[in-house]
Amino acid sequence: MTDAFAQASLADRAGKAAARFRLTFHHPAWAYGFILPVALAIAWELAVRAGLVQARLMPPPSRVAETLYGLLRSGDLLTHSAATLTRVGSGFVIGAVAGTLAGAFCGASPAARRLLDPMIQALRAIPSIAWVPLFILWLGIFENSKIMLIAVGVFFPVYLGVLGAIASVDRKLVEVGRAFRLSRAGLVFRILLPAALPEWITALRSGLGLGFMFVVAAEFMGASEGLGYLLVDGQQLGKPDQILAAILAFAVLGKTCDAALVLVTTPLLAWQDRVRDRL
Amino acid sequence: MLVVDALSKLYADGTQALARVSLTIEAGSFVMITGKSGCGKTTLLRLIAGLDQASFGTIAIDGEPISGTHPAVGVVFQEPRLLPWLSIAGNVGFGLTHLPKGERRARVAEALRRVGLAEQAKRWPRELSGGQQQRAAIARALVAEPKILLLDEPFSALDALTRADLQDQLLALWQESKTTLIMITHDVEEALLLADRVVVLRSQPGHVVADLDIALARPRLRSETGFETNRRALLAALDRPSVHLEF
Repeated sequence: MTDAFAQASLADRAGKAAARFRLTFHHPAWAYGFILPVALAIAWELAVRAGLVQARLMPPPSRVAETLYGLLRSGDLLTHSAATLTRVGSGFVIGAVAGTLAGAFCGASPAARRLLDPMIQALRAIPSIAWVPLFILWLGIFENSKIMLIAVGVFFPVYLGVLGAIASVDRKLVEVGRAFRLSRAGLVFRILLPAALPEWITALRSGLGLGFMFVVAAEFMGASEGLGYLLVDGQQLGKPDQILAAILAFAVLGKTCDAALVLVTTPLLAWQDRVRDRL
Repeated sequence: MLVVDALSKLYADGTQALARVSLTIEAGSFVMITGKSGCGKTTLLRLIAGLDQASFGTIAIDGEPISGTHPAVGVVFQEPRLLPWLSIAGNVGFGLTHLPKGERRARVAEALRRVGLAEQAKRWPRELSGGQQQRAAIARALVAEPKILLLDEPFSALDALTRADLQDQLLALWQESKTTLIMITHDVEEALLLADRVVVLRSQPGHVVADLDIALARPRLRSETGFETNRRALLAALDRPSVHLEF
């Protein structure tokens, strides 16, 4: 009987340990996202140490981390990140506001759509980078031309998103607005835009992604600071670790900005009747 | 008083939905419009609501001809059509933005109390049942105090118990407010339980085939003889065999 008792207690303890294990390793869902990158980094590090890869061209994660830490300590990382972030931020705000207004205007007014949309679609077909020489001529080599390029990059996805969202607003809800005798502006601001809100936020997110894409292009075309400058500098001076450090910084910065955008806009979508998974 | 005179509606593809429909509806009455699918009853309601334009004919409220939507006319659709991004209180107050905030809030609270949704004021539409949503839609229409409230089969998507509940509530609201109610239904029982008058339309093209006064005392019971007599008359007008149902 004591035996059975001891066994039961042992099983109990094992069960508790298993539960503790589950609690520690099962709990934070975001932790899963780290498994692959960390595993890859370790494999890479081992490959370099074992001499399978040339460290000169493929610096191991430890070297990249060292460089990153050095940049952080000297304050360079902050300076370059701030420069990049300011450009993306300014360009994003300009592009998003313009894209939203143009999209809402063309979405709400058939006449405006007939007049403006073909031209905007034609402009969209031009690769944004093609504007660079013109922007430099018009706005100079410094900040304005860079911000303009980013704004153009952000404008199109936001414009398309808002226009598409407004076009797909439920006719029945629009009719409610008509039954309540809303003016054209009232219809836009009280029915069409709120109904388009979820898709608008998605459009903003893809716009932000493009903003980061174009900031690199903008910084390639002559900048003395910014993460894109770090990339060019690393290439010219043969410092792959610096290139990788800048790429890593881009990843962190881009993900953080996107997460911040999601965080800020989530309360706006509390009304939605759908499963919102973790973004 | 609502006067509909020789109203016709032709669609662009040539189908004629309504042909010279004339109706005079007294203020404060409760009129049901019924008929088979495609008889033009929804078209008629949409024309009165001003959501569609008549091809010929006129509509006048108290002698004033109207075209388009009118503040004296409220609409409740077949679906609740609440705006999902507004709370229930926000939806009910949707048509009151011209009022000062305090008055708006008071009127919304009163309207919600009258339809029994005072507790749900802060909820999102998605959190309410179908019956509650339709009650909120009725409150949204009534809070603007229209002279005429149009209802397009408002209870057709609800289960039988909820429907009976909402029918009672609508009757109480009508008796309290004395708003003119014009409601579409395809449910003979519903028409006879609620209305003063039942107008029957028939299709191709939509025209009035019968106009019955239902002079029964309220509350009405299906078992009354008067109810059965009216039911037979209505079914005959609808051109259906008058099946006798036991209750």
